[in-house]
Amino acid sequence: MSDVAFWQGNTALAHGALLAGCNFFGGYPITPSTEIAEVMAEELPKIGGKFIQMEDEIGGIAAIIGASIAGAKTLTATSGPGFSLKQENLGLAYIAEIPIVVVDVMRGGPSTGLPTKTAQQDVMQARWGTHGDHATICYSPSSVQECYDLAVKAFNMAERFRQPVLILSDEVVGHMREKVAKRSPDKVNIVNRARPSAPPERFTPYEANPVTGVPAMASFGDGYTWHVTGLTTNDWGFPTNNPPEIEKKMLRLMSKVERARNEIVEYEAEYMDGAGIVVTAYGSVGRSALRAVRDARKKGIAAGFFRPITLWPFPGEELARLALGAKTVLVPELNCGQMVLEVERVMGRRSEVRGMNLLNGELFKPSEIGRVIEEVA
Amino acid sequence: MPGTEVLSWLRTRFMPHIWCPGCGHGVIMHALVRALVNLGKDRAQTVVASGIGCSSRMAGYINACTVHSTHGRSLAFATGIKLHKPELTVVDVMGDGDCSAIGGNHFIHACRRNIDITAIIMNNNIYGMTGGQASPTTPVGAWASTTPYGAVDPSFDLCKLAEGAGASYVARTTIANPKQAENCIMNAIRKKGFSVVEVVTHCHTQFGRKNNRRQPIDNYNFFKEATVPLAKANEMKPEELVGKLVCGEFVNKDVPEYTEQYGKVIEAARRGC
Repeated sequence: MSDVAFWQGNTALAHGALLAGCNFFGGYPITPSTEIAEVMAEELPKIGGKFIQMEDEIGGIAAIIGASIAGAKTLTATSGPGFSLKQENLGLAYIAEIPIVVVDVMRGGPSTGLPTKTAQQDVMQARWGTHGDHATICYSPSSVQECYDLAVKAFNMAERFRQPVLILSDEVVGHMREKVAKRSPDKVNIVNRARPSAPPERFTPYEANPVTGVPAMASFGDGYTWHVTGLTTNDWGFPTNNPPEIEKKMLRLMSKVERARNEIVEYEAEYMDGAGIVVTAYGSVGRSALRAVRDARKKGIAAGFFRPITLWPFPGEELARLALGAKTVLVPELNCGQMVLEVERVMGRRSEVRGMNLLNGELFKPSEIGRVIEEVA
Repeated sequence: MPGTEVLSWLRTRFMPHIWCPGCGHGVIMHALVRALVNLGKDRAQTVVASGIGCSSRMAGYINACTVHSTHGRSLAFATGIKLHKPELTVVDVMGDGDCSAIGGNHFIHACRRNIDITAIIMNNNIYGMTGGQASPTTPVGAWASTTPYGAVDPSFDLCKLAEGAGASYVARTTIANPKQAENCIMNAIRKKGFSVVEVVTHCHTQFGRKNNRRQPIDNYNFFKEATVPLAKANEMKPEELVGKLVCGEFVNKDVPEYTEQYGKVIEAARRGC
């Protein structure tokens, strides 16, 4: 078997999930993410895993939450309208602390929008889509290799923190084909959820590890009886209206991720030394932006490139540190301006923050970004 | 008093329960737990899933592997659990609105797939927890807080719905006949395939109060008078059955079960064909 593949992003993402130990997929067909389901339908039964095409998007995420409760490593993949439909059950996985990985291959919206065209309009939905406070971990791949590698990371983070992890791909990244270096399973770091060490009669389902803030998770069928609910619970996993218990649960849901922020946050930075203009872009736009920055450097313009790999938590401190002294931070996005709000927040008044917005279903050309770099230089 | 074995299946530390005094849900929970005890089930190998509503709080009171999920979606959660671990006994407890309104799609597809899950529908003809709004099983003409002039939309026959969608076991009983409920639930759990037991119950607080069945006993008496055994119903004319509750086993058939069929998919994939 060759250790190099020529895959499209969606195929690579599915194979990355399998490498991470994914053994259950539930989903519903939707463009432009369907290839992920198709690969999983073919590959999972070969390893004794399970694939199920559910009756709708809501059922897709419900089934993977159920399977995860029973001990599986689970994935669902969707796009725009399907991501909206999954939001309620996503919230259940946050509050009940069930590890799952959810992929949204972004297309243009709102509503049915542009099923076959690219966009980055779901950045804020990924952060705030389900109601109520929750800590979001969300990756944004910008290459086919990254689709493969970030799938593994997403599973590891879901298992480590016992919560949903999102991968916000987009139509361009999902459908373009590139070379992928496949990893050998024995050389990949795989994280599995912490299992309880207490015997079943002394098991407290939501008693957190004091260091990590994450409770050990039993699986249905492995000898423990416990209760999973979307209601706010105490450590026994039973509904509570007791203010201190409610606050304890909510603060822990946020802090278990916040305390590990520096281990989660990832970014790519190029040409940042002395950069007077920093282009901050993610996903497919990151490719155009990097090319534009390189072209600008060739013309002697001190341009820099910063690409958040985790959209959430946003690598804001890192951007602020690296872009110190930049006159302008340029944020090209395939939306009306979503991530630019985070950039404005972290840069404050230190730099001019300028958004660039493309809403026509196409990808920025490097020259379009380059023109603005030259304009502000 | 429930037997000690039955009590061992209850999370008494989480009680008192939320149900109104006289609510029929307790009768159904007792029937379910007795069925599980009779069948010699292991609590750690038994899953009880539920959605949202008064009925769905039952999962929390049963000392097994329990999931209180989102409104209408419990069968989709249960499907994931069962498909990943087919060796588990999976029961799904639902209300009428949970099952046939917001969860209607999951219900018909669980029937179609014939996955080995037992669905128990507690049909009290109303949304009780939210204050008595009409559900898809509220009879035409009945009063609810959202039908202040009487319901005009026809109601579902949940058993016919399940039968039409392909369930391998379908039965109806009422809380006025707890022994029949227990037996139907036992048969349903034993059945390899998707099983549906509709247990007709009451919400005297929200439905009875507006529809001349104010006290629990009014509802018991109504169920006793309205019940027609299936064998007898087969000899009656349709007009004689209006307003009656036909009880018994409507479907009990052996058809391929989903997780076993998926096992064949795994075999085929591993053979490379």
